[in-house]
Amino acid sequence: MAESGGASILNRRTFLRAAGAATGAAIAGGIPGIVAAQKPPSFPKGTKLNILEWVSFVPASDVEFKRLATEFGKLAGVDVTVDLINMNDLNPRIASAIETKAGPDIIMMISNWPHLYADGLADVDDLAQEISKRDGAFYEHNEKVSVVGGHWKAVPLCSVPSTWAYREDWFKEEGATKFPDTWDEWRKVGIALKKKKRPMGQAFGHSLGDPNNWAYSVTWGFGGAEIDKAGKVVINSKETIEAVKFTVAVWKDCLDEGGLAWDDSSNNRAYLAGTCSATINGASIYFVAKRQFPDIAKVTGHGHMPKGPGGRFYSIGGQGRSIMKYSKNQQVAKEFLRWFMDRPQYEKWMGANDGYVVGPTPHWEKHPLWEKDPKLAPFKESVKYGRWPGYPGQPSRKASEALVKYILVDMYAQAIKGMKAEDAVKWAEGELKKAYA
Amino acid sequence: MARVTVATDVPVAVPDVRRPRRPGRLSELLEKQHVLAGVLLAPTLAILLLFIAYPFVLGIWLAVSDKVVGRPGNFVGLDNFRVNLNDSIFLRAFQNTFIYTFIATALKLALGMGAALLLNHHFRFKRIVRASMLLPWIVPTVLSTLAWQWMFDATFSVFNWVLMNVGIISDRILWLGDGVLAMGCLIAVNVWRGMPFFAITLLAGLQTVNPDLHEAAEIDGANAWQRFWRVTLPLIKPIMLVVVLFSMIATFADFQLIYVLTRGGPYSSTHVFGTYAYEIAMRAAKLGQGASISLFLFPFLLTVIVFQLWYIRKSD
Repeated sequence: MAESGGASILNRRTFLRAAGAATGAAIAGGIPGIVAAQKPPSFPKGTKLNILEWVSFVPASDVEFKRLATEFGKLAGVDVTVDLINMNDLNPRIASAIETKAGPDIIMMISNWPHLYADGLADVDDLAQEISKRDGAFYEHNEKVSVVGGHWKAVPLCSVPSTWAYREDWFKEEGATKFPDTWDEWRKVGIALKKKKRPMGQAFGHSLGDPNNWAYSVTWGFGGAEIDKAGKVVINSKETIEAVKFTVAVWKDCLDEGGLAWDDSSNNRAYLAGTCSATINGASIYFVAKRQFPDIAKVTGHGHMPKGPGGRFYSIGGQGRSIMKYSKNQQVAKEFLRWFMDRPQYEKWMGANDGYVVGPTPHWEKHPLWEKDPKLAPFKESVKYGRWPGYPGQPSRKASEALVKYILVDMYAQAIKGMKAEDAVKWAEGELKKAYA
Repeated sequence: MARVTVATDVPVAVPDVRRPRRPGRLSELLEKQHVLAGVLLAPTLAILLLFIAYPFVLGIWLAVSDKVVGRPGNFVGLDNFRVNLNDSIFLRAFQNTFIYTFIATALKLALGMGAALLLNHHFRFKRIVRASMLLPWIVPTVLSTLAWQWMFDATFSVFNWVLMNVGIISDRILWLGDGVLAMGCLIAVNVWRGMPFFAITLLAGLQTVNPDLHEAAEIDGANAWQRFWRVTLPLIKPIMLVVVLFSMIATFADFQLIYVLTRGGPYSSTHVFGTYAYEIAMRAAKLGQGASISLFLFPFLLTVIVFQLWYIRKSD
């Protein structure tokens, strides 16, 4: 058995044989048989499984997840409970669960959290390898955030990328028949739009999603990075200074100057209210528009993060599910993840998300939902350009510290407020050196 | 009384001569004042040890360790504190905590006192006004702060809408988009929320002031300000100091309001100890470092408490 330090001490095959005999449902062929039959194994009566996840921004996703969890429970004879909490509350719950060695058996991991909590997570090497063998290699960012010290600490679940949601009609008026491909083109259109009081919108406040999407993607796009591959702080480069200067310039030329006070939801409201012409966001703006503002949905398109001198990048941490090391039900937990990630189940769950999430392997680029609504195609493609906190270094604990201190975001925000670009980058260098010390 | 039969077969009542039952050892023990006091205090002591002393000692241990989530911590002495003092965001949070606490408490005291003096007069619907005063204090902080977030919104602020329509401003004010203004907004919301506590508590104090004293002062020619300064204030000073003490402790450790409104932004200009400690301990999983940030509060709070309690005792 691959679990290290887990409470399950039965040999897996012995366990499954015993479980099968006990329930009268002998499982022929072990795991390959289970996979082939698309059914989970049965477990002794009274076996429980508790799963903790975020409350998705797509309600149908939660409904489908709960339905699948119940289905697994019935098939496997396991009492499955699902707790959904606000994303911001996951960190304290995980910390207390690991420290007290009690709590959910499976917990959702967002971005590089497997690196933060690696010591409290069971290895899932066999399962991750099994999935990648079947569906193709995981996207690089999914793998980077899930593998710690050579071991898979989470089973990659998906990515929730953000692309540019934009008003196709307004962009057309400025001569842009598609979303600009480079930052220079983007700026030209942005200047024209802002002159007509149709600025683009970008948050630079303290919220984990949108501000970091700009800060990391633009820094990389201009060829800068907070650290190099070896983990040395290299933020103070002419490339980063150029990225900061560009941001200050477009702040005045193209962007809504309320962005310093924006959080992750402000741009959604502004876009749907028609006060901003484009913004970086997940597909949720489009979904809400389809439900409540169909006229806006009709003229909404999605565009890729523009290319800079350094290339095209997205800051995507991805999501995964980890089995907790303290769990006494690691075997059941692993079977649940195996069953959920299998194609028939995953396809349904991904379908319920309607394009909000992108599968963790290239196999899911073929999901029928992408054909249903071509406007969502950039989300599917964005994961190829996805990078993790700390890129090109490791998405380590230290990268988390830099992230939660909003060092890159504040570097841009301070420059916007008037600090010289060089000084803002120097400030960031000082803070990053402390975080990566 | 026991009944005994004598030769005449006539029942005669005689006094019960059996020795009285000796009290049990436990009863004997409880008769002793110091033992009984100990027994009665034990539950409180247990609660204090479990819920106050243990977390406090654990907090101190974490602050001097390199504890991260999932790993045992090692003793690192004062390293965490040294790191904090070299951290520009921490130093900003340090400064903000004091600005936030002192300005907010002073405003709450001034406005609370004003409201209490007004509410101490008789007027129609006095009870309804008094009860409604408490609403900001009763509503859960997160809920009321979310409402304020809307009112300070960069795009949809109702304040901007009013000011623009009245003609006072021509361009919107970014209430939470500038460090100084955002701190002002945080203080304003804290005052809005905490002022009723001051008002109601001080009102209770005002109602204990004997009106005869005011009458006497008035006869002696004291004006309203002199009566307030020389009569009312000295009499309600103990209750005022207690309410200031409680408020300072709560404001020093404030978290929810700031976390919901700004999360320490923009550019880390509104972090206080509570919000920064949370980010470091929970989001970066550095429990030791986070505890050391929180513990920076302790010496200041202790000083405030000792000083105020000393002052109250001295006044008594």
